[in-house]
Amino acid sequence: MVPLHYYLVLSAILFACGVTGFLIKRNIITIFMSIELMLNAVNLSFVAFAARWHVLSGQVFVFFVMVVAAAETAVGLAIIIAVYRTRETLNVDQANLLKL
Amino acid sequence: MMPNFHLWLIPLLPLAGAVVNGLLGRNFSKRLVAFFGLFFLAASLGLVWWVAFRFWSLPQAAIPHTEVLAPWIVAGNFSAHFAFYLDQLSLVMMLVVTNVGFLIHVYSVGYMWEEGGFYRYFSYLNLFMFFMLTLVLANNYLLMFIGWEGVGLASYLLIGFFFVRDSAASAGKKAFIVNRIGDFGFLIALFLLIQHFGTLDFDKVFPAIAGQPVETAGAGLLTAIGLLLLTGACGKSAQIPLYVWLPDAMEGPTPVSSLIHAATMVTAGVYMVARSNVIFDHAPDALMAVAIVGVITALFAAIIGMAQNDIKKVLAYSTVSQLGYMFLACGVGAFSAGIFHLMTHAFFKGLLFLAAGSVIHALGGEQDMRHMGGLRKEIPWTFWTMTAATVAIAGIPFFSGFFSKDEILWKSLSSPYGSRAYWAIGVFTALLTSFYMFRLWFMTFFGEYRGSGSHGYEHAGHAHPTLASAKDVLAEIVVPAEFVSIVMSNMIERSGMVVSFEERGARTFLQASVPAANMAHYEEWLREHTNARGTWSERAPEEEGKAEVLVRPLAMQHERPGHIHESPRVMLVPMVILAILAVIGGYIGVPEALGGHNRFDHFLAPVFRTAAGALPAGTPGAGEAAAEGTAASRSETIATGVSIIMAFLGLFFAWLLYYRKRDLPDRIAAGLGWLYNTVRDKFYVDEIYQAVIVTPLVKGSALVLWRGVEVAGIDATADDSAATARSLSDKFRHMQSGNVRSYAAWVAVGAAAAIAYMIWMGVR
Repeated sequence: MVPLHYYLVLSAILFACGVTGFLIKRNIITIFMSIELMLNAVNLSFVAFAARWHVLSGQVFVFFVMVVAAAETAVGLAIIIAVYRTRETLNVDQANLLKL
Repeated sequence: MMPNFHLWLIPLLPLAGAVVNGLLGRNFSKRLVAFFGLFFLAASLGLVWWVAFRFWSLPQAAIPHTEVLAPWIVAGNFSAHFAFYLDQLSLVMMLVVTNVGFLIHVYSVGYMWEEGGFYRYFSYLNLFMFFMLTLVLANNYLLMFIGWEGVGLASYLLIGFFFVRDSAASAGKKAFIVNRIGDFGFLIALFLLIQHFGTLDFDKVFPAIAGQPVETAGAGLLTAIGLLLLTGACGKSAQIPLYVWLPDAMEGPTPVSSLIHAATMVTAGVYMVARSNVIFDHAPDALMAVAIVGVITALFAAIIGMAQNDIKKVLAYSTVSQLGYMFLACGVGAFSAGIFHLMTHAFFKGLLFLAAGSVIHALGGEQDMRHMGGLRKEIPWTFWTMTAATVAIAGIPFFSGFFSKDEILWKSLSSPYGSRAYWAIGVFTALLTSFYMFRLWFMTFFGEYRGSGSHGYEHAGHAHPTLASAKDVLAEIVVPAEFVSIVMSNMIERSGMVVSFEERGARTFLQASVPAANMAHYEEWLREHTNARGTWSERAPEEEGKAEVLVRPLAMQHERPGHIHESPRVMLVPMVILAILAVIGGYIGVPEALGGHNRFDHFLAPVFRTAAGALPAGTPGAGEAAAEGTAASRSETIATGVSIIMAFLGLFFAWLLYYRKRDLPDRIAAGLGWLYNTVRDKFYVDEIYQAVIVTPLVKGSALVLWRGVEVAGIDATADDSAATARSLSDKFRHMQSGNVRSYAAWVAVGAAAAIAYMIWMGVR
């Protein structure tokens, strides 16, 4: 049986990848994918803990996360399309109207 | 079943008058303003008389009668209500206040008719009546304090009624501020009463105090309360050391001086001391302080009054002096004698001011007695009413002031609290009183007329005959050259004057004449803007120094010497009524030694008898006559004889100096030298107060409170914290780059920090 900390380390690596991608990438689509990556990293640790402690609620939580992620994808992609239509770019650095 | 007197209506009716005139009066005609001003007070007056007649049928047990209108303050065990208290003392005060007040209201209609702000005047006057009646009728000290402060407010408003005059505005402020000092003592006394007795209701606090031992051995709580109440009374009733505001209060219109600063408001202190007789009877030291303050004030003010030349100033110092007599009476435990003198004083001093107002009115604003004289024939009604009041105050036998003053002097000698010193000073003051009053009388009404039409010019220091003789010139305007434009914009345009200028040094004379077509405008302007003195002054807005724009309508000046006119009937009728009261008012309390029954004393006795139980035997008050032997009766006769001699001696000296040998006063004044100057300049009390109290306060405030605390402390703290917030936020502002990824980075850093913290805590 694979020990728990293997999963956790993998989850942490995935999460760090997600954060890094989120921060350094300029393309909105890529940033979006990074978010998904972070969510799935969390899902992995949920499942790992559920299996380790034989508690189902961890797995149930994963389903919730997936549902939320799906909803977020739907909304997010719609926003991305709207941004692209108005600004004709997917570069986040150019969407800086909030700047002082 | 207790009768319901609807006492609350008595003060509230004048308030209604004040509100109606104050809010709507601007658009009323003068007739309507006068109607409302008089109507509401007359209603109140009628109610007072109705209450007075019903009062006789009340059983003794029902007095004092209390009516609660509404709850006011209820906090824990303490409560104070809008409640009114009717007993013999408040009934007497109420009768004096409403009757004299109504007569002076009537008089004011005539006196103020030509002045601007007619409605404002009547609104203030009715407001005063409201507060004064509240003060008199209150059933607890707190409500009394409301009235107390309220009359102070009305007094302030009315002293400063001619507020364009700088001196009037500052006199109002002075009165208010000096009274504040006294009120502070009054308030502390109230706090002490609450702390130790838990109530301010008269019908609860007095029985509680009556149960306390008399503080003969040493000063204690009741002495402290008594002395603090005395401080308050000194402020309101103009006693040493707080009397300085009253002479300045003469800046107000003369009927105001009569009503507020002679007949009613200034006697509030006496009323308060008499009302608190239980406290003072239990604190002999405080009582002695009252007597000493009273007797010294009586003497001191009478001395100053002898050397004044302004007719109203003489009466003002006379008022201070007579109030001193009332304090003396209270201070020797003869409260009913004090209230008796309060009442007769309200009659004759109110009348003296009204008559003086009539003189001033007749002379077109002249107040200096050196410019009067020989008016006996010109204004006979004023002369005879003034004569009645003068003999009354001077203590000539069988006029009201004689009875009340004699009662006080006798009590100051015979009362267990009395002493020969009080009596001696009191009798000497009676001599001075008689002297300065007859001096005023001779100077005003006898000899030859000393005024002149050119009087106004003398004051300004310019003789300017060409202007005065020019036919079409109606007004002379003396104005510093730089303010000419202001005068023009303010008045000349409105009256359509034709103006020519003449420069004389730093000042410019404007010669203004009015085309016949604009005459009506000009007269209207005169009516609106000039006061009783026939002058108008206005401070220029951007003025820095003392420059005053003075406008003297020449039309009125020309009128002056030839047209000394008797006042209209609306002014004379109240004077005649008051004259009758001043003559016969004393007969309700003729002392026993003079063959009377002193009914006034017996009537008030129940109010002051509660205190009597605590006193040693021989208490002034009820049943005293029977106990006194023939020896006392004889010495009372002698004392009366002495005060009669003093009254006539004063008359004789005044006759000698101001009628017979008129050059004598100046020679005596020159002979006395600095002594006379000191008296004439009021012992420099104002200057001393200025140097000892006001200047250090102003300097200290400027240096410590303003530059130290305000600027360096409070302002600096506020400014610095604002600057710090600004510079910090300037730094943090750069976080808001608008760049989504940098926001995300901050979120990530924050999350990382939170996690790191949690891990660290978990490890520990």
